[in-house]
Amino acid sequence: MSNNPSDLKYVASHEWIRVEGDGTVTVGVTDHAQELLGDVVFVELPEVGTELANGDDAGVVESVKAASDIYAPLSGEVVAVNEELEDAPETVNSDPYGDGWFFKLKLTDESELDSLLDADAYSEHCESES
Amino acid sequence: MGNKTALYQAHVDMGAKVVDFGGWDMPLHYGSQMEEHNTVRNAAGMFDVSHMTVVDVTGADAKEYLRYLLANDVAKLQEKGKALYSGMLNEDGGVKDDLIVYLMTDPGVTSEWFRVVVNCATRKKDLDWMAEQKAKFDDVALTEQPELAMVAVQGPKALELAKVAVNESRAKLIDSLSVFQGVESEGWFIARTGYTGEDGLEVMVPEDEVAAFWQALADAGVEPCGLGARDTLRLEAGMNLYGNEMDESINPLQANMAWTIAWEPETRDFIGRSALEAAKQAGIEQKLVGLVLEGRGVLRAHQKVIIDGVGEGEITSGSFSPTLGHSVAMARVPAATGDSADVEMRGKRVPVKVGRPVFVRNGKKVFS
Repeated sequence: MSNNPSDLKYVASHEWIRVEGDGTVTVGVTDHAQELLGDVVFVELPEVGTELANGDDAGVVESVKAASDIYAPLSGEVVAVNEELEDAPETVNSDPYGDGWFFKLKLTDESELDSLLDADAYSEHCESES
Repeated sequence: MGNKTALYQAHVDMGAKVVDFGGWDMPLHYGSQMEEHNTVRNAAGMFDVSHMTVVDVTGADAKEYLRYLLANDVAKLQEKGKALYSGMLNEDGGVKDDLIVYLMTDPGVTSEWFRVVVNCATRKKDLDWMAEQKAKFDDVALTEQPELAMVAVQGPKALELAKVAVNESRAKLIDSLSVFQGVESEGWFIARTGYTGEDGLEVMVPEDEVAAFWQALADAGVEPCGLGARDTLRLEAGMNLYGNEMDESINPLQANMAWTIAWEPETRDFIGRSALEAAKQAGIEQKLVGLVLEGRGVLRAHQKVIIDGVGEGEITSGSFSPTLGHSVAMARVPAATGDSADVEMRGKRVPVKVGRPVFVRNGKKVFS
């Protein structure tokens, strides 16, 4: 089973969230998600400055196998995107919780954080899907 | 739980991600489909294709039966072991399946017989159809060979490494093979054929010997590859996949398979011939082409192709091409389509180049 870091939060659509403590969060896709996707070949990210509402389409991951939407797991403004993924999309496979991050959001409503899953709850969710 | 090939445990032991494929539990990949793809283009990979169906065709009328059953003409096989690719058509000219047929004896001998390899997903309907058609002949026997496993060894180093994995007499036989030719060897059948656009072998081996052969190949440095890489390799090579590029509603002229129809001699009647002649006479309105997207994004099966002023078509197979670093696809489009089109991808129209449906052969890009 995937080994999900306990210091991260998760949503059921397989994004992870790292709360940075300064009103921003970093978002990526989980190890489980990259495994389902297979080899990632393109990543389309939102533009810096975009205002995203919780659940909005935030980008696309294309693997050899399929295209998959990335959703904003929280509401906020995109303040940074991982431009390295343009040239090295395979980083999503090799380091999903590190260099394979997607974008950073400045949150509009920090109370939304309460609805996120912790690592155990997310693991259970993955098992229920398989 | 699906059917399992004799190599199932070997796949699990090698870390395969196993998926259902036509009722069989088959390896999709052993970690990375892309790496496996590149291994076949640059060195050598091996695929378990034991799920494919092998049928031996024997009897005094075997040849005339196959000349009636298939759109290509087995009379072209003039050397022992030679292989022929053909469609097996219905009366309307639609493709029931595509297959490879080998001449297993010297041509024209009284004991002349053939070996046919058909797809696993179409096994039942193929066998039923073949049995039905043989009623018109006095002496034809069809014998399925389910106890034969099959391993495809593919890539520029395939022959060299396969020779290390077999005994000396088989290594000599491998050296003797020309392209598209096979040879029997003590229950094995070793053929220089494949589905990747690279040189290589497809080896039929009795089930109880195949695990040892697979391990010997691995020890020789051949990497295991799954069905994922098999699909991207055949797509780059421009090889049709039954169910994607053609089916019973599509005739060979609409599927870039005109070269597999043997019109001569005119006296040869084969199933679907009159329908194909009528279709040709009426004019073929669709063709199978290759699409190239050099920008970002991945073309996928069933996306709509729009040709301004001409009409619309549909992608039959599409993927990222690991060898080329961008996406390629095969698509069925109106015959009047020129060298460009748009594909509707996720609500946006994206321009693509249109050309022949072949992208990579022997490791090299083959379109401009």
